[in-house]
Formats: sequence, structure tokens, C-alpha cells
Amino acid sequence: MLDKRMTAADIVAQLSDGMTIGIGGWGPRRKPMALVRELLRSNLKDLTIVAYGGADVGMLCAAGKVKKVVFAFVSLDAIPLEPWFRKAREAGQLEVLEVDEGMFQWGLKAAAFGLPFLPTRVGLGTDLAALGGLKTITSPYADGETLIAMPALKLDAALIHVNRSDWRGNVQVFGPDVYYDEWFAKAAAKTYVSCEELVDRMEDHYPDDAQFNLFERCFVTGVVELAGGAHPSSMPPHYGWDMKAFKAYADAAKDPGVWSAVADRFVGATEADYLNSFGGKEAVAALPLPIF
Amino acid sequence: MTDVTLAELCIYAASEAFRGNGEIVATGVGPVPRLGAGLAKLTHTPELMMTDGECYLVEQPVPLGPRAYDDRKKAGYLPFSRFFDSAVWTGRRHAMVTPTQIDRFGQINLSQLGGTHKQPKTQMLGVRGFPGNTIYHPNSFFFPAHTTRVFVEGEVDMVSGVGYNPAKRIAGGNYSGVALKKIITNLCVMDFGGTDNAVRVVSLHPGVTFQDVQAATGFPLEKGDLVETPLPDADALAIIAQLDPHNIRASVIKDNPPAQRVS
Repeated sequence: MLDKRMTAADIVAQLSDGMTIGIGGWGPRRKPMALVRELLRSNLKDLTIVAYGGADVGMLCAAGKVKKVVFAFVSLDAIPLEPWFRKAREAGQLEVLEVDEGMFQWGLKAAAFGLPFLPTRVGLGTDLAALGGLKTITSPYADGETLIAMPALKLDAALIHVNRSDWRGNVQVFGPDVYYDEWFAKAAAKTYVSCEELVDRMEDHYPDDAQFNLFERCFVTGVVELAGGAHPSSMPPHYGWDMKAFKAYADAAKDPGVWSAVADRFVGATEADYLNSFGGKEAVAALPLPIF
Repeated sequence: MTDVTLAELCIYAASEAFRGNGEIVATGVGPVPRLGAGLAKLTHTPELMMTDGECYLVEQPVPLGPRAYDDRKKAGYLPFSRFFDSAVWTGRRHAMVTPTQIDRFGQINLSQLGGTHKQPKTQMLGVRGFPGNTIYHPNSFFFPAHTTRVFVEGEVDMVSGVGYNPAKRIAGGNYSGVALKKIITNLCVMDFGGTDNAVRVVSLHPGVTFQDVQAATGFPLEKGDLVETPLPDADALAIIAQLDPHNIRASVIKDNPPAQRVS
């Protein structure tokens, strides 16, 4: 179907218990948080989450949606240790595959290319291989080098937040860094994209920006317009992260730190309710870009 | 020079770690390493490359702290999306970072403390890029508080970065990229130039003794020349002040002591 428009609820309805779901972005940046919130409003459970983790991972773990996390870090940058992920880990409630940041994207690339693994030196000499059950492989060439076989990180679905899309799934992604969103899209059986701006036909609206088409529309299954949909993470050039909101979220994890008692503030009954509680789309759009 | 702070002395020592590194990306994570890399680039090693902390390469190191969004002057581009291809996996980088623990093999940890991997007592960041950094390019370390909790007895709780521990090295692997350079602390400068890459004290900060350092370290240290760590000169201090206009460096070491330890 060429018209890929869906609602956030439609997207979540296509997911099922036990799926492996990749989430684009990086820490507190470019996270498809509106889709994550919709997932949090659902009954989905036993998920394996694959992410360069931020509050997406923290919230899903806090809400008991997660069986396993594949990660290299989970962090909110200025709040280095993601407090809800930390609680879940220290309670021993998660299975994990901990890998290096570079191995992580290597695993997505293996999945994108339909390979069982890609070889790498990364991980040798550390505890990663033993803890993660990662196997080694010997080069068949004269060097005979022993390498780690980074397994493909095959995703049942990927969730990504982009700047623009049309209804066919022609996306445009801006901002100074697009992280590994392209590889999440290609590693997934189905990729669902939320966007700040949905247009009719990209070629009629923004043809001069076609080089920002980070991944081609054959990798896109569903599209939904959700302006402010990365909040509280950053979405340059539209808006920066909401460190005040992250701080409130982090503070809520402190004793007793019961997610069910605070979830309403950070998820909301609907996305409109959520955004209104932070001053609406206009207030999100006015959040200044972070300075590094 | 009596008003030089210990943090400024450490920044100066950090800049020395990048001396003569050539055309590679110098990454300093945290105020002291970042100022050290910037100082190196603006003085003895202009070939160094560095980012603005986000994704652009800059030829003028970006100052710390609040400033206008586009004060940075972009000369190049090195986003996360090609960081491994360009900088890490080609070995064209030297990073200076602050792990939570380090052991006598130079193995580092920033993943978890205590408990098990299934249920850590304290979950920290995760291994981040340390496994790749340490097998592919040079690394140095900065610790603002030199204690036995950081410089642990035995091995670190979770080996997140490759060190010189033969027992950890899977046979047949290529470890030729492993290059641990300097460890700078509030007490001294060390390197891995001891027997079989053992940690060795090479210089002591003014007023610190080798015994002070050994007492704060959970494993036996070797002795290098044990010279006194040099103080930054006036030019270096001026550059440091320019790169840190809000004096964030004053908050790095407890009580912001002077470079000369008062006994």
C-alpha cells in the first residue's frame, strides 16, 4: 500500500508481545517518544528493546514492558545514569546483551544485509564476549586472526522520529547528526516513522531537500505526523531537549519511585494531554537547542 | 605562580599527553581532559583534530560552558553516524576519559559495580565505546580523586576496556592497537611503562610523595624518574582561562586546592 499513513494507535496495534523492537535516536536525542508513549499506553509486554538508550528504555523498563535490553549505554547526558533503567537493572528484572556502541551499529548492519554476523576486533580483551555469549571466528585467510562474530540485531520493528515525511514514506531527516536511524530502518522487518511535518507529495513541497532522504521509502511501513513527538528528547533543528522535564522524570525515580504512581505525568492518557501538560506544541517548539 | 590550581596543573599535564600525536582526533571527556586537548592544539600540537562536543570538527577549540549556540566555527564534520568508520576503527583518535574503576592491567570499568551482570549492585553507564576505543586507538585517563576505590585491588568489576592482562586476551586476536598512554590524577602522572606494562609513577605533583600515591592505590606501583610535575606557564594559564571563561575547572577537584600541596 503506497499510502502509509497510520495513527500512533494503529502502529502499536501492529506490534505484539515478545517482539524485538529497535528505537532510533541516541540517549536524549531524536527519540520517537510519542510512539514510545503510545506503546506505554498499550498492553504490550515481554519486549526486547534494542536502542542507544535514553528515557525510551528507562520508561519501558519502569513500566514492566521489557524482557530484554540490548544496549551500549542508557543515559540522559546531563543526567548520566538513567534512573529508571538503573532501578530495573539493580532489581535484576532484565535480561541484557551489553555491547560496545560500535558493535551495536555493526549488528544492525549485519541484520540489514541479511548476514548472521559481522566480524570485529571490538570486544576482545573485555568481559563482553563471556557475558553476552558472543562467539569468535577465525579468519580463513593467511592472517588467521581471531575475531568476535557480532550477531545480527534483527528487529521485528523499528520506531524512528524524523523531521518530514510524505504519505508514501519519503522521509527527510535534518539535524547535525542522524546517529544510526538509517540502520535501524534497514535492520527491521517493519519500520514505523513519526514526523514533525507530514506533507502530501515530497516532490511538490521540498524537492530541494531530497538529499536529506536518509533511507528510502521501501524501508518504511507506516507514517504518522506527531509534531513535538521527540519531547522530552531533542529534535534539531525544531527544538532542543527539555532538561527540566528530564529532571522531573529523574526525580520521580527517587524513593519510593513507583512508576505506576507517576506514569501519568510522563505518558499521559493521550498524546494531546501529554503535550498540553508541558505547555503544548508551541512550548516544545520553543525549547532551545542544546549547546555542547 | 603560587596561585596556580591543582586543576590547572592537571590540565597542563593532560595537554602533554597529546603532544606530538599528529593528525588524529583528540577527545577529552570532562573539563580537565577537554581543556588539556584544547591547550595542546593551541600550543605544541596544532595538527590535532577535535570536535565541538557534538558533531562538527573545529580548528578553534570550543570554550566550556554557556555561550551562543553558533559560536562554534565549523571546519569539518564528524557525527556519531560515521565516528567508528572515521575515527575509532581506523585508529585515528586519542581519548582521555574518566572511568569508574581501573586496575593494575589498565583494565577499566564504567558499566556496573558489585553484584552480578544480571543484577548489578550499582548500574552505571554501560560500556559505551570503551571496548572499541581501547582495542583500536590510544587512550589516557584522568581521575580527580586518586583513591583505592578507583585504583582497585585485583581486577575491575566489569572489564569494559582492554588492558594488558594476558589472561583476558583471547588467543589469536590482534591487540596491536592497544595503547594506554597516561594516567593523570590529583596526585601524580603515571604511565604503563613498568615491567610488562605495569603502571609506573612518572611525576609527582608538588608536595606529593610516592608513598602518598601508593597508599591511595590498590595495587603495587613502579617508580619512574619521579620528577615534579611541571606547573603551567603564564601563556598556558591564559589559554586555559580563555577556554574556560566560567572557571568550571574550579569545580573538578574537591575544594579546588593550589598546585602546591600544603602539608
